Amino acid sequence: MSGTAIDIVRTTGENSETVARAVYEHPLMVRLCHWANAISLFVMVGSGLQIFRAFPSFGAKIPQKDLLNWPKSFAIGGWLGGALQWHLTFMWIYIATGLVYLGYQIFSGHYRQVLFTRRDIPGVWPMVKHYFFFGPKPEAHEAYNPLQKQAYTAAIGLGVLSVATGLAVWKPVQFSWLARLMGGFHWARFLHFLVMWAILGFVFGHLVMVVLHGWSNFVSMLTGWKKDPDY
Amino acid sequence: MEPENDKPQAGGPKREDPKTVDPNMAAPELEESKIKESPVRLKPVQPVMNARQFSRVSRRELLKVAPVLALGAFAIPRFQDSLLKKGLGFSDWASARLFRRAHLAQTFADADLTPFEKFPINGYDVEDPGVIFENWTLTVSGAVQKPGDYKLEQIQLLPRVRQNTRHVCVEGWDVIGRFGGARLADFLAMTGADTSARFITVACADDYYESLDMATALHPQTLLCYEMYDQPLSRKHGAPLRLNIPTKIGYKQAKYLTDLKVTNVLEKVGYWEDQGYSEFYGL
Repeated sequence: MSGTAIDIVRTTGENSETVARAVYEHPLMVRLCHWANAISLFVMVGSGLQIFRAFPSFGAKIPQKDLLNWPKSFAIGGWLGGALQWHLTFMWIYIATGLVYLGYQIFSGHYRQVLFTRRDIPGVWPMVKHYFFFGPKPEAHEAYNPLQKQAYTAAIGLGVLSVATGLAVWKPVQFSWLARLMGGFHWARFLHFLVMWAILGFVFGHLVMVVLHGWSNFVSMLTGWKKDPDY
Repeated sequence: MEPENDKPQAGGPKREDPKTVDPNMAAPELEESKIKESPVRLKPVQPVMNARQFSRVSRRELLKVAPVLALGAFAIPRFQDSLLKKGLGFSDWASARLFRRAHLAQTFADADLTPFEKFPINGYDVEDPGVIFENWTLTVSGAVQKPGDYKLEQIQLLPRVRQNTRHVCVEGWDVIGRFGGARLADFLAMTGADTSARFITVACADDYYESLDMATALHPQTLLCYEMYDQPLSRKHGAPLRLNIPTKIGYKQAKYLTDLKVTNVLEKVGYWEDQGYSEFYGL
């Protein structure tokens, strides 16, 4: 549980009856950043794949060996020029959202809810057994279980990497030190591509979990309140 | 086991007493009047909210998230082009701020060079606009003290620089080539150019056209290039003169130069930029 837990009551005359419980899970800043990031990420991936379509390879141009043929209908921008406009516009929204989120988490102390630390390691295997192998449901002590913390901490790390690799690809001369850290321009480009797939993997798992955990849980990322939490 | 004893904790943090709130977690601003102490004494004391109040609070919290919908403006056709243009313009502005004239692009050993046969040729219109070399001159105009037609021999009198640098195409590929020529900065000095002007513009034999910010034009690795791999430029690679700018994307490195102007005013920026690509595109 995190934050305020309350009873929701319906009063008729003298009697008050508790009809539900609710917990305030997600502060406003977290919710704003979550949805701004979801939109930005959607645009970054879509436009990024359109950019990739222009030269879908990591080798020489002569001869050109394409890695994969990503369909145009699942890309944003319509053509390379359009895709670059989307990508180089939304990158600022994506970065700003990330910075606001990280700043908020650190300065409010709310990061403790999300950050995976050594103390969470013992809880990982019981959680894996519960999620994947029908094991018993471990007792919940905090808002996020160890697997969730692992996922969200990794996702934040991947977000940071997506920006770092992106900056190295965007400015391999002005940020030459960054490109060098990654093994050079070619590696920066390839890592940027790989990190995108890792993020997509996270998003897929995240969406599955959101669906499995029901409407009330989903609504908590909109209003902050989760009704009838299943603790 | 006596039932009054607490069960031993399974480990990990204690389940929170519902009344105490972790001070690190910000609670929403609930109006004091809406929270009452529970009248039932035997239960632990728990904040309580009327169902209707809860709906109101939920709705208010939902409205607070609504500002995110402002991003939806990008989906509206009427605003989309202008928003994207502004976004790209901001990126270009940031790029210009990040450009440092003293910072050099990476240079490479001869062993790292892409073989000449594997150096791709991108034409804009034709692969060979049929330049006649005997008559060729670079026509210089604009804010210069010595405008007029410059022959290749005059450009070749300036100190020759040879550099192995990365050529990056906007498509996504890159190669390492060997380029030779005169520093554009030296040529501008020779023509008595006003280096406080903002731009250089160039025109080409195949009707391609480009522009360059003055800071990049004066960068030590920006060349009026007339050689590749220690040979005079071939027809397909832009003979007799092209730009080589390792701090810029490939499409700004125009081939088949015929005219060069020093100016503060840009009527058009470049062939690809005027179609929507980045105007500064520094690497």
